[in-house]
Amino acid sequence: MLGQDFRYNAMAQSKSIVLRLSGITKRFGPLVANDAISLTLHEGEVLALLGENGAGKTTLMNILFGHYVADEGSVEAFGRPLPPGSPRAALEAGIGMVHQHFTLADNLSVLDNIAVGTEPLWRFWSDRGAARRRLLDLAERFGLGVRPDALVGELSVGERQRVEILKALYRDARILILDEPTAVLTPQESAGLFDTLRRLTADGLAVVFISHKMNEVFAASDTVAVLRGGRLVATRRTVETDREELAELMVGRALKPPTPALMTAGEPVLELSNVTVASGHSRPLLDAVDLTVRRHQIVGIAGVSGNGQTALADLISGLIHPDSGTLSLKGETVGHADPAAMVRRGVARIPEDRHAAGLVGAMAVWENLIAERYHDPAFQRFGVIRRGAARAHAREVIEAFDVRCPGPDARTQLLSGGNMQKLILGRTLAHGPDLILASQPTRGLDVGAVSYVHGRLLEARAAGAGVLVISEDLDEILALADAIAVIHHGRLTPALPHDRVSVRQLGLLMAGHWDVLPEILNAA
Amino acid sequence: MEIVDILLSAAFWTAVLRIATPYVLGTLGELVCERAGVLNLGIEGIMTLGAMAGWMAVYQGGDLWTGVLVAAGCGALMGLLHAVLTVPLGLSQHVTGIGITLLGTSLSYYVYRLVLPQASTPPTIAPFQPLDLPGALAQTPLTYLALLLAGAVAYVLYRTPVGLAVRMVGENPAAAEAQGLSVTGVRIGAVMAGSALMALAGAFLTLSAFNAFFFNMVNGRGWICIALVVFASWRPGKALLGALLFAAFDAFQLRLQQIAGGVLPYQVFLMLPYLLSILALVLVARRASYPRALMIPYRKGER
Repeated sequence: MLGQDFRYNAMAQSKSIVLRLSGITKRFGPLVANDAISLTLHEGEVLALLGENGAGKTTLMNILFGHYVADEGSVEAFGRPLPPGSPRAALEAGIGMVHQHFTLADNLSVLDNIAVGTEPLWRFWSDRGAARRRLLDLAERFGLGVRPDALVGELSVGERQRVEILKALYRDARILILDEPTAVLTPQESAGLFDTLRRLTADGLAVVFISHKMNEVFAASDTVAVLRGGRLVATRRTVETDREELAELMVGRALKPPTPALMTAGEPVLELSNVTVASGHSRPLLDAVDLTVRRHQIVGIAGVSGNGQTALADLISGLIHPDSGTLSLKGETVGHADPAAMVRRGVARIPEDRHAAGLVGAMAVWENLIAERYHDPAFQRFGVIRRGAARAHAREVIEAFDVRCPGPDARTQLLSGGNMQKLILGRTLAHGPDLILASQPTRGLDVGAVSYVHGRLLEARAAGAGVLVISEDLDEILALADAIAVIHHGRLTPALPHDRVSVRQLGLLMAGHWDVLPEILNAA
Repeated sequence: MEIVDILLSAAFWTAVLRIATPYVLGTLGELVCERAGVLNLGIEGIMTLGAMAGWMAVYQGGDLWTGVLVAAGCGALMGLLHAVLTVPLGLSQHVTGIGITLLGTSLSYYVYRLVLPQASTPPTIAPFQPLDLPGALAQTPLTYLALLLAGAVAYVLYRTPVGLAVRMVGENPAAAEAQGLSVTGVRIGAVMAGSALMALAGAFLTLSAFNAFFFNMVNGRGWICIALVVFASWRPGKALLGALLFAAFDAFQLRLQQIAGGVLPYQVFLMLPYLLSILALVLVARRASYPRALMIPYRKGER
């Protein structure tokens, strides 16, 4: 380890060190999020911080930026120690951070968001003219087009990210930290971001970007540091390593993704025909959507977030109803069925946000497990819950789905994200559903849990269920789906066979360039 | 025709401006607090305390402007209490606010009784006099101060760095923090300033509108201010407009009582401004974009 570091430092010696982290340790209760991590960053370097969710990447960067205070260790920027726990000190030292969840105020303008905190607080005026000139100048120099007076709430995700980057540059950041910057971008937008990063490093900035996606590491970084379980397990020059090595370092073992077996799709379980859902604004939430999901089939819905995915999921859950067009389940047209009726008809749901819509955190595991069928005679008699039967059922699910928890009576909010999702999977799959609606089924899960969830969905498909996977993670869709449809501005492309469409074409469709459709359909 | 006469008379508009003054000040105060993300339901109690403290300072021999300053200072102190409980300690803003109202109200009555145990009729002071100007312009200095403050609050919120900081902590405290601002500091400051304005609204009642302090004199004005903030969509200009509109309803119903008092019970007229306010609220405030972080405590470094 030490020898390796030495070798690596010797090679990068030509550029000066801008940032040095020494022995950073951070604990959250019994959890050690960062365990004695030391890192260096050089001028003009792009360092990728690679690791699974929960490996401690974000915690480390939050310590660097002063959101958290490290229990042990120190940070040095440009040769000077950085006082802990002060974002202001980090900003003054030239460190800028682009958070995974953007820290922008939607109701304020781009210029307001960028200028706040940059002037002395107690002044009777604010020099908007100078701020605007400086912003436009920076935007020009680094090719980051923005409209200074637009409200942030009106911007696309890609534009918001540009605002975040400009915010850092506006404050003369020389070190830029990007937390999972491509999680919300289309492949084309990601490529644009990497272009921007190259312009920045050419200008002498140093960049740290946090990622758990291998292809980004190779697309953009000079050096890669791998974290696992809070420890720094390796530092490599990107050109000297490969995917297999990094994956093994990241997970700690060789991981084989589940491979879907070929299967012939059966009769349709879900059919949407010309479904439109109005929104009250000019553009409908869903615009004349046609979609069919059959037994033994996984259909993936790809798209950038906010293009109608939530409405589609709500529609199939029974939370909203079509304004025109029809929704049929197993060949039967469904009118205004509420969610409970949809559950009775064999629709099982993995909600988009497991905290908000999936589980009740303050309630016990067994209560959550019967939440969809407490009226079932198996779980109630004369309107009184059969607690014994419910607990026994919970124990079965915990066993069958490998939910790591103290028992059926554990409060659900104490479970990790992966175990919550297993719990939801257990509730979803325990009763042999006909249609599984999986919205963002692996968002925020680590690689191990992701492959577990994927494996279970593939099993359900083999057992005869139709599965609709709505995901913003293109890799997930490519790994699972037999057919892929792309959603953009509430409109849905025809389902495209997964082996006939390329990532580039999907990216174009996600960005709204539907003129490539004939090309794909003709080839298929 | 009598209705038109009412609307055209200078006396009517004089009354409107006078009635509006405490609403203008109180609404601005609540608006400043809420723009920073803190709901201040202590407004009713802070107004009562301002009314008592301002009057008491003058009664004890201070001049009128000293009374105004004392009221503002007491309001700022109550604001500090509310802010400390709700910002760094992150307690429920509703519950704390109601507690502040109860505390402010009973503290005022207690101090009043402590100083004047015997008084059966409230003693009086010499209040602010209307300036010697024609028609509706003949107002007391505090009314002009209120109108000036509406402009000043708008200017500070939209044109100065500190105003931007206040708006930012009310919209997205994490973003403000990431820009190096102290969310706690800005919020405490805003709540103190807002509460001082509320206390001024109370002081207007005892130093300008009347010349004495008596129990229940605030009489729900604070709650109206909270509704007016929503009506105004958290904008100072609209807050001024809303306060004037409400005052106009009130002044109008008073005159209507005199004309049509025989036909309908007077309570119907008393109800009128509130009914019209609810109607206006329904029509105007449905599309209001409230400060996103309103009522959400911000805890640094929480995961």
